[in-house]
Amino acid sequence: MAGDEKMIASWPLPTTNDHDAPFWQGARRGVVVMEACGSCGKLRFPPRPMCPSCHSRQQQWRELSGRGRIWSFIVPHPPLFPVFNPLAPYNVIVVELEEEPAIRLVGNLVSEPAGPINGVSAETIRIGEPVQAVFVPVTDDVTLIRWIRRR
Amino acid sequence: MIKDKAAIVGIAETAFARRLEASECELASMAILAALEDAGIAPSEVDALSSYTMERTEEIEIAGNLGFGDIRFFSQVGYGGGAGCGTVLHLAMAVASGQAEVAVAWRSRKRGSGPRVWATSAERLYDGYKYTRPYGLVRPADELAVLTRRYMHEFGATREHLANVALTCRRMANNNPRAAMYPKPLTREQYMAARWIAEPLCLYDNCLETDGALACVIVSAERARDCRHRPVYIHAGAQGISAPHPGFMNDYCGTPFRTPSYAAAKALWRGSDFKPDDIKVAQIYDAFTTMVLLSFEAYGFCGRGEGAAFTENGALDPGGRLALNTSGGSLSEAYVHGFNLINEGVRQMRGSSANQVPGADVCLVTSCDDVPTSALILRN
Repeated sequence: MAGDEKMIASWPLPTTNDHDAPFWQGARRGVVVMEACGSCGKLRFPPRPMCPSCHSRQQQWRELSGRGRIWSFIVPHPPLFPVFNPLAPYNVIVVELEEEPAIRLVGNLVSEPAGPINGVSAETIRIGEPVQAVFVPVTDDVTLIRWIRRR
Repeated sequence: MIKDKAAIVGIAETAFARRLEASECELASMAILAALEDAGIAPSEVDALSSYTMERTEEIEIAGNLGFGDIRFFSQVGYGGGAGCGTVLHLAMAVASGQAEVAVAWRSRKRGSGPRVWATSAERLYDGYKYTRPYGLVRPADELAVLTRRYMHEFGATREHLANVALTCRRMANNNPRAAMYPKPLTREQYMAARWIAEPLCLYDNCLETDGALACVIVSAERARDCRHRPVYIHAGAQGISAPHPGFMNDYCGTPFRTPSYAAAKALWRGSDFKPDDIKVAQIYDAFTTMVLLSFEAYGFCGRGEGAAFTENGALDPGGRLALNTSGGSLSEAYVHGFNLINEGVRQMRGSSANQVPGADVCLVTSCDDVPTSALILRN
């Protein structure tokens, strides 16, 4: 690896903006909140200022069930950001949402809400597995959505 | 339509290595000078330039270093590896419309010794990466691995199919003295035993990390007839952003396998006298093996989900159904954001490739499948 490389040292976290703040505020309240068109009602993600279906700028935020299914998953190995290297190999899953399977969220499968991202063996993960969102506060202002298996 | 109105008449590249001493600006200047020498055209005649938005050497630096005269057209094409063929397309349009007479496209990159782009992220994420990087999905390889796993699940593709692509590119490089992997054969056993980068992608599913620069020179078809080499005509070119697939960050919503290549392909074939069946050699953007399978489908060489099977039975060897990446491509020659694929397409049309496809008279060149992209059809 090149020596002059600058890698970010701490956990990469989101900023919020006028369009997506309700999504992140929802996570802090323990709910998956998704943007929907205020005119035609169609769900959309990532949050954006216009409905690509009907071009309305009206919007509403809808609380979803937090249920979904694993659509794909991977297992990253180093070199990664330094904060992730000691945790690797860990899992990253992509979850299709129950209410709108064409909307998929990236996350991690954990064995309990506070569990580490390398706590579930990737050998056991299957595409199609039902999962439930859990909410993991990482700073005062950011709560990440992770996932546990749903029975 | 730009059909055969402009031609590539000069190509060149610097050495390819993990670490070169020269700066990106020096490498770019050296490659452009050599490409003009290959064309037999004086630097003072250049009046148009195009490169990538990610190129760090500005037009004015290039023009200053090389003593160009007045520049009449310049452009930069966005989205990293999707830009390559677009630079040539922009210049072909400039030349075909009379906006410019002698045009140069280039790309210079120190990816081998410089920082990894993905490794210099801000600690707070403002863009779409806010939805992926907090979960440890941080590199392009991770993003492609997500699609790869799903592709395997939906269509029955296996690591054997990915190996077919990696091993083909390596065999090509083993005949190409310019290639970084020229002296290093790769066996299927080595592929299967390689360390993981992002499961299900292993080391050999990933492109090289290379320092180097390339350039090509474009003039009108009329002027090309008086140049040093047989003209290589830019028969068709296109850019593409497909409706449901705006790029890496939103890959996972909508219809993820309808990549930007589908939009580029539709426009490309519309502007061409050729069909996929006419193409016997192709330089397909191969930052990751999976992209090649997706591109086979997008450009119409096979049906959806059939890209994996298309790699079987020697189809990708010279003389096979579609000879692939005959210089070794990004996987085994050099990773310079795909520009080496353009120059290799030109060599095939000149008849001077290290893995020359007998009778090849038309070549498809593509840029990155998974970001807003571009493609060319070259002919002799």
